[in-house]
Amino acid sequence: MPAELVTGNHAAGYALSAAAEANRHARGATCGIYPITPQTEIVEYVARFPFSKTRVVPVESEHSAMGVSIGASLAGARAFTASSSNGIAYMVENIMVAGFYRLPIVMVAVNRTLGPPWNIWADQGDTLMLRDFPWIQFYCEDNQEVLDTTLLSFRLAEDRRILLPALVALDAFILSHTQMGTELPEQEEVDRYLPDLDLPHRLRHEAPTTLGGLVWPNVAMSQRLEIDEAMERVPEAFEECRYAFIEEMGRDPGNAIQTFFTDDAEEVLVVSGTIATTAREVVRRRRDDGENIGLIKIKMFRPFPEAAVREACRSAKKVAVLDRNYAAGVGGIFWQELRSVFQGDGDELLIQGYLTGLCGGDVTPSMIDEVVVDLRERDAMDKPVWLGIGNGKGAEG
Amino acid sequence: MTAGQGSGAPDGALGREGREPGQQDRELSREEEIGLGRLEGFATAPIPCTEECLLRAGNTNCGGCGMSVGLTMLGRALADVGDTCTLAIPACCGAVTAGAFPTTSYGVPTVCTTFASAAAVASGLACIRDLNEEPGQVICWAGDGGTYDIGMATLSAAAERDDNIIYICYDNEIYGNTGGQRSSATPPGARTSTTPEGKSEDKKDILAIMAAHRIPYAATLSIAHPEDFSRKLKTAFSISGTRFLLMHSPCPTGWKSEPAESVELVRVAVASGLFPLYEVWGGHAYRINVEPDWTDPAMYFQHQRRFRDDELDLETTRRVCRERFARLKVLAEEFPYEEAVAAG
Repeated sequence: MPAELVTGNHAAGYALSAAAEANRHARGATCGIYPITPQTEIVEYVARFPFSKTRVVPVESEHSAMGVSIGASLAGARAFTASSSNGIAYMVENIMVAGFYRLPIVMVAVNRTLGPPWNIWADQGDTLMLRDFPWIQFYCEDNQEVLDTTLLSFRLAEDRRILLPALVALDAFILSHTQMGTELPEQEEVDRYLPDLDLPHRLRHEAPTTLGGLVWPNVAMSQRLEIDEAMERVPEAFEECRYAFIEEMGRDPGNAIQTFFTDDAEEVLVVSGTIATTAREVVRRRRDDGENIGLIKIKMFRPFPEAAVREACRSAKKVAVLDRNYAAGVGGIFWQELRSVFQGDGDELLIQGYLTGLCGGDVTPSMIDEVVVDLRERDAMDKPVWLGIGNGKGAEG
Repeated sequence: MTAGQGSGAPDGALGREGREPGQQDRELSREEEIGLGRLEGFATAPIPCTEECLLRAGNTNCGGCGMSVGLTMLGRALADVGDTCTLAIPACCGAVTAGAFPTTSYGVPTVCTTFASAAAVASGLACIRDLNEEPGQVICWAGDGGTYDIGMATLSAAAERDDNIIYICYDNEIYGNTGGQRSSATPPGARTSTTPEGKSEDKKDILAIMAAHRIPYAATLSIAHPEDFSRKLKTAFSISGTRFLLMHSPCPTGWKSEPAESVELVRVAVASGLFPLYEVWGGHAYRINVEPDWTDPAMYFQHQRRFRDDELDLETTRRVCRERFARLKVLAEEFPYEEAVAAG
């Protein structure tokens, strides 16, 4: 299929619309939409799409955008929305509900700095704040990955073994407003890839149930356990969805983690999102110079691909985790995850955290070189290193 | 459990162990027949209600609860016209009414929404019903907290879009479910747990607010006037778009009144002009349904211990009731609802 030059927002809007249209022979689709920079173009795309059996509901807030999508999903339709930053923060209560109701809603999230102070550039803090919710989370590196992962997310979320909502994240502006050559699948291909949705627990008059009422502790706890079991099934179901995608589209939507020269690497960089593109070039150059360095790009953040990460780090002695996000009083969130993966392994593996490109700062090759040099000189883990502030105080630096 | 007759709760075997799918030769339960029980990982599916009534016996409501009467009347009105409904209920007593999972007191599909989301969730449900050309009303059943306060923006937005839903607010004038705190529906003078000296502000005129959205139909309901109540429900069922109904809902627990006097209290509220019964079509055509006979409202206040005699200014109350009703009367005379016009 021919590639077109489209933005990340266009790619996301295209995928959401095609997925909604693909359910036209079943119960249709609905989404609540609400604008927020830099996501707005996604909902604008959806609002313009000539759907056969989809209602787009322009609501008054992100909270209601997810509310409408929850209602539509409970009625058995395909449901989705898109948001960003403080919009996600405002939506949080219903984001949580979608997970606990086991509704396969797909949300595209453009990662933007949470305010105040107001800043519209890339930072993963908005979606990582949802890390403890029953949502599958993906972070994308380019516009093709955004499109493909969004389509895949519907198939994965709606899988009977899973029935969990899924979130597809892309970096503000770096992807959302940047055009890249992207293959846009035909509607027939999407139709074949996404089966009609038949939500088993949808509300129906012939067998009325009450969802979300009072539940005793042991039953509520059991429902949490069911979520945990569904999360455990995600890696296998994801692989199936990925291979089905390759078969249908002739293109790999990307593995849960993607490795680059990790087989014999003693130093490994761990990244996500668009930082991966830059980091890959740094690693390639250093490999050419004979350095024993590799890269892991983490695409699936929830459930965290623990086994794959462990396997990819088997020859590593030092790991640098680059985070475009910050958990107050802790440091980078991917760093935190990495440490928990290797917790109990003793101190053989040094895992150092680097805060890079927070609040939309550029992560340049020289900054990644700085990371490598710092990592190489280290003999013990220390508190996270902040890079990119200049002389240490932004306004003066 | 207080949730009436279900077909039995699942036993304690809910852990990772004891989840063998096995036993293929046994009879399928009702929930398995419809697909719920066949879900891998869903040991805790809700049990569908098998009775054809909206509110079943065994619900958790207090004695003398006006909301209970309202739900029963809603069920009867739907049955009268051969219709059914799906309920979207935000946090409120109505969400607790169902009793404990997996059984339920609701005989219709029901979803408990977040506090501010009843109208939004209902809009989603209604969209899919309409896209699939299916019958059945989508009804929000919400208390005053979820309507006047936290759900106001969501409700206003649904009304502005004229989404095809019915929104019924049962107004007991407090946050009842949390033990009786002040809401913007609490009348002046009422003591609540957050207005220990009595509320000093007036109550919002929610019906005027909703009528100002120019929705197809807005009306007030009183359980003391069941024929009027039922007729208005059926009127609401017969039209599409956003329909808003406000029900004065006695709450003996919060009002500190006698359960047996619930109906009498709201009857006096109508007769004294405190709670006028009227309808508004399209935000412009008015009809008053019951003319107050200007019964003294003293009994209404004296029989609720949330009000204190020494704090009440009944003279002002009587005057305000008459003034507000006079305005309504002018609207009804100047802009009357005419059946023929509405039908056309």
